Amino acid sequence: METTVIIGASHGGVQVAASLREMNYSGRIILAAEEPHLPYHRPPLSKALLDPAQPDGLMLRPSAFYEQKDITLRLGKRVDAIDLDKHVVRFGSEEAIGFDHLVLATGARARIPQIEGINLRNVLTLRTLPDAKSLAASLTSAQDVVVLGAGMIGLEFAAVAARAGRRTTVIDATSRPLLRGLSPEMAQHLQKMHEANGVRFIFDDGITTIEGDEAVSAVVTKSGQRIKADLVLVAVGVVPNVELAVAAGIEADNGIVVDTHLQTSHEGIYAIGDCAAFPANGGNRLRIESVQNATDHARTVAASIVGKRQPFNKVPWFWSDQYDAKLQIAGLWNGYDQAILRPSGNDGSFAYYLFANDKLLCVEAINAPGDHVAARKILSDGLDLRPEHLADPSFDPKLFMRQQPSHS
Amino acid sequence: MPIVNYVDHGGNCTQIDVPADDSVMEGAIANGVEGIVAECGGSAMCATCHVYVREEFLGLLPPVGEIEDTMLDLTASERRDNSRLSCQIRMSDALDGLTVEMPETQT
Repeated sequence: METTVIIGASHGGVQVAASLREMNYSGRIILAAEEPHLPYHRPPLSKALLDPAQPDGLMLRPSAFYEQKDITLRLGKRVDAIDLDKHVVRFGSEEAIGFDHLVLATGARARIPQIEGINLRNVLTLRTLPDAKSLAASLTSAQDVVVLGAGMIGLEFAAVAARAGRRTTVIDATSRPLLRGLSPEMAQHLQKMHEANGVRFIFDDGITTIEGDEAVSAVVTKSGQRIKADLVLVAVGVVPNVELAVAAGIEADNGIVVDTHLQTSHEGIYAIGDCAAFPANGGNRLRIESVQNATDHARTVAASIVGKRQPFNKVPWFWSDQYDAKLQIAGLWNGYDQAILRPSGNDGSFAYYLFANDKLLCVEAINAPGDHVAARKILSDGLDLRPEHLADPSFDPKLFMRQQPSHS
Repeated sequence: MPIVNYVDHGGNCTQIDVPADDSVMEGAIANGVEGIVAECGGSAMCATCHVYVREEFLGLLPPVGEIEDTMLDLTASERRDNSRLSCQIRMSDALDGLTVEMPETQT
């Protein structure tokens, strides 16, 4: 029987399996993952840490789903090698499973910088369910929290810590928060919001030493500041898990290299989600770490496997919850030359519309879901929104989205 | 425990006991009810837990919030007057017997 093996069972891997069955794929589906837990939602881990009512996290699907759909889950099983000649994946030395299609959904792991004292107790990263449990437990008794890295994970955790009344310091090597994820305009807004909640930022700096006997007691920065700390979250980005692919001879370059169909350098072998470097408009390769990217990749690959090949072409979108702000992003901000602020209500909600050569690239919205939803539609349908439209104070993004004929 | 009736697009009904305070979406996911995807895990971000609520229960539900209202414009299947995001409906004894119909597609 035809077999599809999926390595990695998070948002992307699980969606490939689910989509294959939705598309009436009748072959065998094997979903293998190193983590022992039933696949779970990752975004809540950093946004609210762990809901005490759901100590095992929020599962993506119940265990019965995999049985009903005849999806063989192999949890806690590490794939040790891919043999391209024999078309098998190997678990240890004894077991090999043959495949017709292979999907690499291996994700990414937290990057761990080489810092003296990085292995001290209460120096943590946040990526998995056990990570979130450790972090939640450490936060209960912590007073002084240091977050290394002002990216999305770092800031979401800083918001949780500050809200819990902890003295919270965020240190970043660059000159502002969210250098990769957000425009300078929106990043500045978020910084002010954190500062209003008592978070202290130290930019253009790093940690040279983490001090402590057994557990962390302080960090020393490159500029020589010594900051008391009984909890340190290291959130300086991720490393894509490409080793398995590379060992098999599959091309990787900051992610497993794939074409517009998300196929790797080898026929019938695909890579999706955080671990996949895919071609974007203009020829650059993108590697995006988000739920939407993983699940949309998954649907594209499932379609290819059932013989309905289509290039991947989806508008990226993201969200973050910090304090009372829901940040929603549609598109990618890089390369914009004009930012237009649209206040959307008396409640402080607003959105930045980012244009390049009068063409909309990205909309970053705070508590302004109408702007976000419209942006997703405008970008995916290719509607011609121009800076002039925003200049009209009566501009309503949802009306604009509905008035325009849809191209899709 | 209050009961929710999940009616799929083909008209088949699945009856589930959903604990009070859990959302209608969570009740579906925890029990493997098909037709509700909930890609964002209940953040009112993805509009993939869209349901049509039977008329007689509409008045018992809290009003549609602004974020929900907006996300409902993004649903893959047609939005109707009784459209709701099931992640935004928390169960209570008053809602016992709530009947929701799933749309043809969520994505």
